[in-house]
Parts: sequence; structure tokens; C-alpha cells
Amino acid sequence: MSAKVVTITSGKGGVGKTTATANLAVALAKTNDKVVSIDADIGLRNLDVVMGLENRIVYDLVDVIEGRCKLRQAMIRDKRFENLYLIPAAQTRDKTAVSPSDMVSLCEELRGDFDWILVDSPAGIERGFRNAIAPSDLVLVMTNPEVSAVRDADRIIGLIEAEEKGPGALVINRVKPEMVKRGDMLSTEDIVDVLAIDLIGIVPEDETVLIASNQGRAAVLDERSKAGHAFTNIAQRLKGAEVPFDELESRDGFFDRILKFGRAGGDS
Amino acid sequence: MSFLERMGLNRSQSADNAKERLKLVLIHDRAGLSPGKLEALKDDLIRVIEKHVSIDTREVQITLTRDRDQQRLVADIPILSIKDRR
Repeated sequence: MSAKVVTITSGKGGVGKTTATANLAVALAKTNDKVVSIDADIGLRNLDVVMGLENRIVYDLVDVIEGRCKLRQAMIRDKRFENLYLIPAAQTRDKTAVSPSDMVSLCEELRGDFDWILVDSPAGIERGFRNAIAPSDLVLVMTNPEVSAVRDADRIIGLIEAEEKGPGALVINRVKPEMVKRGDMLSTEDIVDVLAIDLIGIVPEDETVLIASNQGRAAVLDERSKAGHAFTNIAQRLKGAEVPFDELESRDGFFDRILKFGRAGGDS
Repeated sequence: MSFLERMGLNRSQSADNAKERLKLVLIHDRAGLSPGKLEALKDDLIRVIEKHVSIDTREVQITLTRDRDQQRLVADIPILSIKDRR
């Protein structure tokens, strides 16, 4: 077993990285894959609350790196899936506590025991971002259909290519189909066109995401959640399945053309 | 808001607007050349070229373009004809 390391990043804050990480982790764990998610947002720990594991934290990422505990001690097992773990971020203010090479060696240590290592990147393009992409085999670039978020995604795409972690795959989050239809929101086509990167997921704006995260649950566990369904589809695509982009009412033709993405799961 | 818009008959264009603004800002971002810097470059370029050939400075156009992955700085510099110079 050699895990594939997938980093979820965006440049801009608040586009839904943490929610995506939690949902993808649960979606992959649901199919019996062994998954560990790492919160790389040092100083602003959040993946724990989104996954509903905040009360179980004893040790964190920085404790592992600074040798205060064993790696296993910092891994928190999920409440529902025994094949899903979280390594929480530290709440320290010292962001230099973790280096890119620390992340690489941490992931090397984990690879043998897991199918997937998901790294939740902090916003921005500084140290935390570099830490998050250093061990990555695939970078998921998240964006929202707004000018500022797409602009930052473009910046991130350039940086991951410069770090030879490219080309990455795009997730468009918080799409409102009815706004796209009336011409008041950038469409998937518009965004893919300007960013020129493979699309791996389209997630609709959906209240069930907040309702689920209020309870520390993942929306993918809610059968009726459209966003949950979209995250499940992304997980399938990560595993190499060719899943049609039926998250939104799609226009024919375009979605068929971008279906080619799919071998990202590879032979890990 | 116009009558048509109020009636919902006119398709809104804010997404088109967003796309155009996005394209423009990305062209400058990707080249690391802001619109202000581009103006400065244009002024420098005019100064250098004028040393060698007479040009119509008011008509000089410097634009950043992108086709696929290739960024391009395109300069359109009209040269004054011989009769204009003399």
C-alpha cells in the first residue's frame, strides 16, 4: 500500500477547502479506503471541528514534528469510520514550526499504512501553502465562481507548476445554477476556459453543507445533499472512475469534453 | 433598472462582465506587468525607438495578449513616412 497524497488548496480564504477535505476524506473512507487527513493550517485549526473530532485532540502536528509524541498518538480516529484518521493542526502562533521537508517526511511515514493522505492547505501563498503542497502527488485547486477567487486560483496554479506539482485539478465550489442560467454567475465553462486546467468537480451551493458541519458531520453522509453527492463524485474521480458531471443541470457537449479527466487515482 | 430588466426579459450581463474583467486581470497577473507598469514600459520604448526612427508616438500601442500558454507583448508602432519626416 502506498498512499496518494492529495492537497486541497485555493489561494483565497473561505472558498471551502476545509469542508472539501472533510467531505472527500469521508467519501473515500466510505468506500473502505484507508484515509488520513492532515490539517496544515497551523495556528488556525479547523478541520477538527468540521469533522466533529475537536473533543478528542491531545497531540497535534507540531507535537509530532517536534518529537513530543509519536505519530500514532496524534492521529485521531473518526467516530464513524475506523479507517479514517485526522492529524490536527497546532494552535501555536509560530508558523515556522513546520517546514516543507517535515511534511514530506511525515507523509512518507504515513504512506505505507494508507490509501489516501489528504492535506488541508491554509489560504495564502506563504509557508503554510508550501508545506501543504510539498508532499503532494495531486493538488486540488478550489475556487468559487467569483472574480477574486478565480484570480487567486490562477495564481496558485502558476505556483504549483513552478514547484513541479502541477498541473493540478480544479474544483468549483458554491455554484448556483439558477444564477448561472440568468447570466449573473461565472459558468463552469467560463472558469475552465480562463484557467485552462482539468476540472475534477463542480459543487453546488447547498445549505446541507452548513447543516452537516454544524453537527460535525460530512454532507456526503446525507443522501439528499446535492453538494454531498458532488463530493462523492470527486472521490470517485480521484479513484480513477469516469463519473459524468451531473452535479448541476449540465449543458450537453461541454461536460463530455472535460470528462477525459479521471486517471488521477492512478495506480496508487 | 430598465423596464426590460424589471420584467425579467433582459438577460443580465454581470457574468459576462466578470469574465471580461477576469481575463484582463489574469493577463496582467500572469505577465507580472500591471497596467501602470505597461504604460511606463510604453514610454521607455517610445524614447528608445525615437532615437533610431521617427514614429507616430500618439498611435503607439503596447498590449499584452495570451494564446493558450504563450504570453505575448505586442507592440504596434507606426513609423512616420519619409515625407512626414522632412
